[in-house]
Amino acid sequence: MDPELRTLVGWGRTAPSTARVVVPRTVDEVIEALRSADERGVIARGLGRAYGDPAQNAGGLVIDVTGLDRIHSIDADAAVVDTDAGVSLDTLMRRLLPFGLWLPVLPGTRQVSVGGAIGADIHGKAHHVEGSFCEHVESMDLVTADGNVHTLTQDDELFWATAGGMGLTGVVVRAKLRLNRVETAYFKVDTDQIDNLADLMDRQSVDDEKYLESVSWFDSTVSGPHLGRGILTRANHATLDDLPKKLRKNPLKFDAPQLLTVPNVFPPGMLNKLTARMFCELWYRKSPTKHGAIQNITMFLHPLDIAGEWNRVYGPRGFLQYQYVIPFGHEDAVRRSVELMVETGHVSALNVLKRFGAGNRAPLSFPQPGWTLAVDLPVRRGLAELCARLDELVLSTGGRLYLAKESRATPEGIERMYPRIDEWRKVRAEVDPNGIFVSDMARRLRLT
Amino acid sequence: MIDAVGSPQSLLLLGGTSEIGLAVAERYARARPSLRVTLAGRPSDRLDAAAARLRDLGATVTTLPFDARQPDTHTEVIEKAFADGDIDVTVLAFGVLGDQEEAWTNVDVARELAEINYVAAVTVGVPLAERLRKQGHGSLVALSSAAGERARRSNFVYGSTKAGFDAFYTGLTYALKEHGVTVTVVRPGFVRTKMTEGQKPAPLSQTADQVAEVIVDAVRTRREQVWAPAVFRGVMSILRHVPRPIFRKLPF
Repeated sequence: MDPELRTLVGWGRTAPSTARVVVPRTVDEVIEALRSADERGVIARGLGRAYGDPAQNAGGLVIDVTGLDRIHSIDADAAVVDTDAGVSLDTLMRRLLPFGLWLPVLPGTRQVSVGGAIGADIHGKAHHVEGSFCEHVESMDLVTADGNVHTLTQDDELFWATAGGMGLTGVVVRAKLRLNRVETAYFKVDTDQIDNLADLMDRQSVDDEKYLESVSWFDSTVSGPHLGRGILTRANHATLDDLPKKLRKNPLKFDAPQLLTVPNVFPPGMLNKLTARMFCELWYRKSPTKHGAIQNITMFLHPLDIAGEWNRVYGPRGFLQYQYVIPFGHEDAVRRSVELMVETGHVSALNVLKRFGAGNRAPLSFPQPGWTLAVDLPVRRGLAELCARLDELVLSTGGRLYLAKESRATPEGIERMYPRIDEWRKVRAEVDPNGIFVSDMARRLRLT
Repeated sequence: MIDAVGSPQSLLLLGGTSEIGLAVAERYARARPSLRVTLAGRPSDRLDAAAARLRDLGATVTTLPFDARQPDTHTEVIEKAFADGDIDVTVLAFGVLGDQEEAWTNVDVARELAEINYVAAVTVGVPLAERLRKQGHGSLVALSSAAGERARRSNFVYGSTKAGFDAFYTGLTYALKEHGVTVTVVRPGFVRTKMTEGQKPAPLSQTADQVAEVIVDAVRTRREQVWAPAVFRGVMSILRHVPRPIFRKLPF
């Protein structure tokens, strides 16, 4: 298990740094790797889908947990899966669907490890109903700095410090996840094409509780009366009766096609005002209002997974994803944030707006009741200034940024966005008194 | 860490009163007011004034005594500079131009140029590279010169020191890449600063602030070699190939 010197980046392909990377295959090898950490410390890394630098550790050690790749058991009666932390949600879904079992929380991509899902306490389009990922974790095995393995349940403070704790409490090596039951792998989808942001947000607020999944996409390239025109899509799992005849034969088929892998050939500036405008126009037009359509997993949940490695479109300069939550009652601030982007010309093609339900006990968990918006912004001049203005707007409403997407905020800003961070620091300091768990993000934001 | 939009949190300026270096520091301090800056240079009123100016922009500034002509102290200077934590961007901006006619006729003047511009760049560069290699990230900006590309009659001693400087830092570019460190060799043409005061500006002359803009852009996009202004790349690649009998007769 020799470490290999590797330069790592996040999904946004910004801020690379170099670390010694090890790929342990067993929990014992994880413990052995921890012992080899020096003063530059150690962090775990899953599939590298966080946009910024939380799974990088410049000059130190990175434990790649994808070598822990076994699913230990699937209990179809209890609807629980016992899995290694390096297993991806994609793999889990493929294995669980034949049993009519479904992961309650799925983010915008399935290429996320279970360990990463816990470390970021990820959420999905079903947050208003299902909450976030860790709320469905029955127990997890955490290797702490002293090399001990703790089996944590939701009764443990350390469980909640690890949920959304960005890997800084230890290495999650295994977890038991509670699952939902489904009759089919398909969704019954209601799509509404709505021509401005205010109407979009109004419509999204009505009947939210009737849908398990709810999300809207909006166009960030038009200003004026059609600012924020968009597509609202809401869905429930389709029942067997909902399916057309030809799908009924194999209703639990993992129907999630990937059509292509994006080649690594795009120059900087490929995604510009013109191409974004074209994309937005197309995306808006392709989704006329239609209710009750049956869609497969890719079409509804993961339209981006249809193209592998799609981040390459952003070219070598990379991009960042800005995702905030702004509490309900501050809808004007949501609108203002969209205006700011349109005014400054930092176009984004992938703009996702949804409503969060209640948050949970984890001090660093991102979701809280409110509007969450995610936009992908290519890195170019003036972006720092735009983001700083957006930060101020978010702070003024008592909102916050998502650490799994964050890549450029200030330590002071994050400190104010997460008022319970000292509570988290206390738990962390007890379990890692010498601070061996550290990441580029932790250094950059002075989290620990 | 340098963040996704290219803003560093800490900056070390070797040559703490360099106008180009300070212009870079000011740009970064404006983008991120909590910037931590270390100004390494010979203690002087000018160094203190530079520190005060950056503090006014919100930066946390410390000054660090650094004498380019005392190579034995350089490892210690670098250790001190890194004592407060990682350095995201290091700008190596010390250097002297000197009187060029004296420089090729007076051994002391020539030696001073060689010691500051080349020897010190190496004796600082080695421990600096070692620290950056260990921290696994960061950006090192080395201020070379177009003069190092092809020695001219009018400043060939200066040019020879910059040629050595340029070769050393270009080499570090290769050596440090796999360790996560980007070395950017910057080759400005004529820059109107106190260093060139009283001289007739050459064509395509630049201000310190213009060069600083080029540097900040180069760090953000992790470029390994830039010219200031960019058009100099083309100009120099032509000059490099002009036959010597013609080159020596060119009017500069």
